[in-house]
Amino acid sequence: MDIRTMINEETRTLEVFPGESLAALLRRYGYLEVRTGCDTGSCGLCTVWMDGKPILSCSTLAARAAGHSITTIKGVGKEGENLAKFLVAEGADQCGYCSPGFIMTVLSMKKELKNPTESAIKHYLNGNLCRCTGYEGQTRAIKKWLVSSKGA
Amino acid sequence: MCYIGQSIEKIDGMAITTGEPVYTDDRELSDHLYVHIVRSPHAYARIIDIDVERVKRLPGVELVLTHEDVPATRFTAAGQSFPEPSPYDRRILDAYVRYVGDPVAIIAADSKATAKKAEKLIRVTYDIFDPVLDPKTAIEHKSKVHTEEDLSCHFDFGCRPKQNLAGSYEVGYGDMDHALSECDVVFENEYSTQAQAHAMMETYRSTSHLDEAGRLVVVSATQIPFHVRRITAKALGMEEDQVRVVKPRIGGGFGGKQTMASELYAAIVTLKTGKPARVVFNRKETFSMSSSRHAFHINIKLGATAEGIIKAIDMQALSDTGAYGEHAWTVLMVAGHKSLPLYNQAIAARYQGQVVYTNKMPAGALRGYGVTQAIFAMESAMNELADKLGMDPAELRLKNIIKQGESNPILEGSSESASAKLESCTLNRCIEMGQKKIGWQEKYPRKQISDSKVRGVGMAITMQGSGIAEIDSATAEIVLETSGRYTLKIGATDMGTGCDTILLQMAADALKVDINEIDVLTGDTDEMPYDTGSYASSTTYVTGNAVLRASEDLKKKVLNGENAPVTGSGYFSGDTSPPPFIAGFAEVEVDIDTGHVQVIDYVAAVDCGTVINNNLARIQVEGGLVQGIGMALYEDVQHTSRGHMMTNTFMQYKVPTRKDIQGLQVEFVPSYEPTGPKGAKSIGEVVINTPPPAIAHAIANATGVHVRSLPIGPEGICMGIIKQQSKVALIPDFVQSKC
Amino acid sequence: MLNMKKYVAPETLQDAWSLYSTNPNNVILGGCAFLRLGKKKIATGIDLCNLGLDYIKDHEDYVEVGAMTKISAFATHKHITQNFKNILPDCVENIVGVSFRNTATIGGSVFGRYGFSDIVTALLALNAEIELYKGGHMTLSRYLKAPPKFDILTAIRIPKDKDGRYHYASMRHSSGDFPMLTTAVCRTDQGYTLSVGARPLRAQKAKKAMAYLNDILKTAEQVGENHLQMASELVCEELSFGSNMRAKEAYRKHLCKVLILRGLKEVSNGH
Repeated sequence: MDIRTMINEETRTLEVFPGESLAALLRRYGYLEVRTGCDTGSCGLCTVWMDGKPILSCSTLAARAAGHSITTIKGVGKEGENLAKFLVAEGADQCGYCSPGFIMTVLSMKKELKNPTESAIKHYLNGNLCRCTGYEGQTRAIKKWLVSSKGA
Repeated sequence: MCYIGQSIEKIDGMAITTGEPVYTDDRELSDHLYVHIVRSPHAYARIIDIDVERVKRLPGVELVLTHEDVPATRFTAAGQSFPEPSPYDRRILDAYVRYVGDPVAIIAADSKATAKKAEKLIRVTYDIFDPVLDPKTAIEHKSKVHTEEDLSCHFDFGCRPKQNLAGSYEVGYGDMDHALSECDVVFENEYSTQAQAHAMMETYRSTSHLDEAGRLVVVSATQIPFHVRRITAKALGMEEDQVRVVKPRIGGGFGGKQTMASELYAAIVTLKTGKPARVVFNRKETFSMSSSRHAFHINIKLGATAEGIIKAIDMQALSDTGAYGEHAWTVLMVAGHKSLPLYNQAIAARYQGQVVYTNKMPAGALRGYGVTQAIFAMESAMNELADKLGMDPAELRLKNIIKQGESNPILEGSSESASAKLESCTLNRCIEMGQKKIGWQEKYPRKQISDSKVRGVGMAITMQGSGIAEIDSATAEIVLETSGRYTLKIGATDMGTGCDTILLQMAADALKVDINEIDVLTGDTDEMPYDTGSYASSTTYVTGNAVLRASEDLKKKVLNGENAPVTGSGYFSGDTSPPPFIAGFAEVEVDIDTGHVQVIDYVAAVDCGTVINNNLARIQVEGGLVQGIGMALYEDVQHTSRGHMMTNTFMQYKVPTRKDIQGLQVEFVPSYEPTGPKGAKSIGEVVINTPPPAIAHAIANATGVHVRSLPIGPEGICMGIIKQQSKVALIPDFVQSKC
Repeated sequence: MLNMKKYVAPETLQDAWSLYSTNPNNVILGGCAFLRLGKKKIATGIDLCNLGLDYIKDHEDYVEVGAMTKISAFATHKHITQNFKNILPDCVENIVGVSFRNTATIGGSVFGRYGFSDIVTALLALNAEIELYKGGHMTLSRYLKAPPKFDILTAIRIPKDKDGRYHYASMRHSSGDFPMLTTAVCRTDQGYTLSVGARPLRAQKAKKAMAYLNDILKTAEQVGENHLQMASELVCEELSFGSNMRAKEAYRKHLCKVLILRGLKEVSNGH
């Protein structure tokens, strides 16, 4: 079946299999920045935005994208790149595999929480697993980025 | 500019964090076949009959292979230098299946959906055997995991399949009985560590195709491209030069990608069909059909004088390698070699170990590689010994640890006639630094916070190695191009660690050029010089030394007047394996009513020699500490009584999440290793070892409950507290068993 | 993600019901977070996403939550926090993560009657009711015991109490994990309601313990500490506990006593 959806602000008509996940659909259509890490909605790697809110694309039916807007890290422009720079500057990039989904969640956090404490940051991001960094480097990077974003 | 110690950003950082398609499954692959592996539902069985006729007739299925269709060659999947110290006990597909998940058939089809449909059409008749599941009863078990006549080993490391033994090892010195007789206090107990999963974010995946010259090209997220090349050629009956292995960016390895997991399934499909093939393990397969850490049971006896001098250390280890023996003997051996030398006042030290086959997913290489397990036992015992002696555990260590300049017969590089000397070590200062940063004087051993909350502090020390002496080797090349730029060619395998970047730093520093003038070429066995790969904490030390030698060689040639392009080449293989050291200190808070435990602070004081890249080294420590905290408290590979793995999703296998980590402090206390590149040693593995014993110690100090088996759960702590309070035995030895 | 032949997203509940009732292999698609873990072969998946069931309404005596409301919205909405204080945010805060909570729905959580469900435990103690398309209103209690075979869950109703006091506590190994035990304690003008879940069985009210406490309240203004202790012990005696991968029976029982007592102290006597 075909659906009409908007991906990274581009309107598209995509062929969707009934039981297909949004993650599989996106990768099939070349949005390789969307990665998956598990089969159970547990790791957060596949996080994209639907109508501006972070969701698990591995646990969302592709058909549900019909009439909605989907944003991947390639659709958030400079803000995502800027946050990535802070991660890289901290050395908290490591294998990078969790980063795109993680960045989408952090950007969303910035929209929802004003001046979050470290505890609030950790709570918001708790569903994004990382096996390489031990999390602290990512937290340092986020804090620095939040401060720099205020000044911008 | 001096690049050593600078926090240079990783050269691949922006690409990997912003979603560029640089990983194995992102690479373009023209019309290809999906490879699906059909797996055994039984822990131990023989395939009496396997009927794939209906599969072959299903539209969209290109190929189906059973054990009757693949080469009979046995090999090891272990990423080790040839001749491998692992038994050749594997076939691509075997008539015997030895664990739940062991491959039974390979299906190649036009889509994943077709392949899954095809699986349902396979009919297999099994002769099911009683599986060997408990390592403690493996040796006497009537089932033998490996009965094949053609199992072979390159040398005798104690592999005795008829006893379900994959290997045995012993190392030591001195007269143990005599040493113990000189001791005033003897402490003995058994400690157990669990199988742990790598749980790297990128699962196992490979692709393969034939190039225009008909050579097999394997693209894999692997830590061991050259070993993959050799093993693939052997398993498929090809010449090695007909195989090329390409390694893109990797989404984490931690040793899991030091064993071949997926490559051969794609490769054999390509060979048989001439078509490109792709195999991607899902998370379930990655958890339950690859490898894990070896579970160990260690009995340790310590003898000390009343003044706290440890004269005797005696360890017996039993390791569980699961269904296949890759890394079995080497993990067993390294456990002893990289724990005993820590305590250099002992007049007798001994490590005896056996590793057994069981019908579970094979164990393999996982960060720490046996040392993690041995350190849990040794350091937990040391802490309990300190209690018995009435001594501060930090003081006990300071009295007994090996110091820079001392020799020890078990250190790498020792021979029959001479003990190796420890050339670099700041472990004593690491202990003092750690004590200061955790607040040891104020907090040891415990502090009551409220009626229900109590805090305790604990500690542990560790060593590891830097590469495998006389076995790991690396060649590096640096080319001064006609453009005036440089190309650094390395075979080490960056899996996120940033080794591409730190080796680049070393080259730029040695050549005295700007780092941006050097390009790194890596990840292709056709293009890069030989390197054993990134494992055994070898890359900084072994490949780093090769890079420095290549730099010197290039400088010499240029000074001699050679015109560009000029290639400088450097080879290194070390005589020793200089140990890095860490002193780890944990502070925990325990809810004594529920047993819930939270690590509220962890300090790691690290001697990795010279720190090449401060940021990357720090993150390596933090990442390793968190994996160690996971091993201490949350992670546990568990099986049913029929050998089915229960923990094959992230829902059941719990790696630490962000909220579980409340504070990590990393302090570097660098020594200078004279044989190391710019004085560096290694950092990759040592970082995971201290949390389990340090946390167990902190919990014991907080609550009085000693848990000697990992992971430590709230139930064990809580029931232990209740037992203490009521002084009524609930379940005998409850605190010693897993909760 | 799902083994599903056909996908439809009807515009009316009537249409959804017609499809659902025609084939036992047709499945209602709610949050899908747990549906995708199963192996069921679905003939037609009937998505409720176009039925306007994503809402939270504040009525005089109750708050009504549409079945397709995401867990995240459910926990943070002002109608929820103003009326029920922290019990619902507390019960969802350990559920995986934000993106998961933006994907899973309240209807899906309740419909599944999962043993491990924090939300069901809390809603049970809040004396919630559910609304079914065919079956009308039903207490959650009754639904948990005997769910109708074929129906569509459309909404949850949570009765309000202006002086209500609430407490939620669970025990987990690591953050974001399934709980070893879940407890919810509420005190309203109806008295105490106590609910325990993840036993590992699904949440159940501790009726004897509730009756014990509520009897005391008939004649006394306050409940003494010793009564609270007794009540927590009664809960452990009347409910059944078991062992699984996460915890053994004896520990669950002990946890129940500790967490219920903490909850009782929190909601009682101005603590």
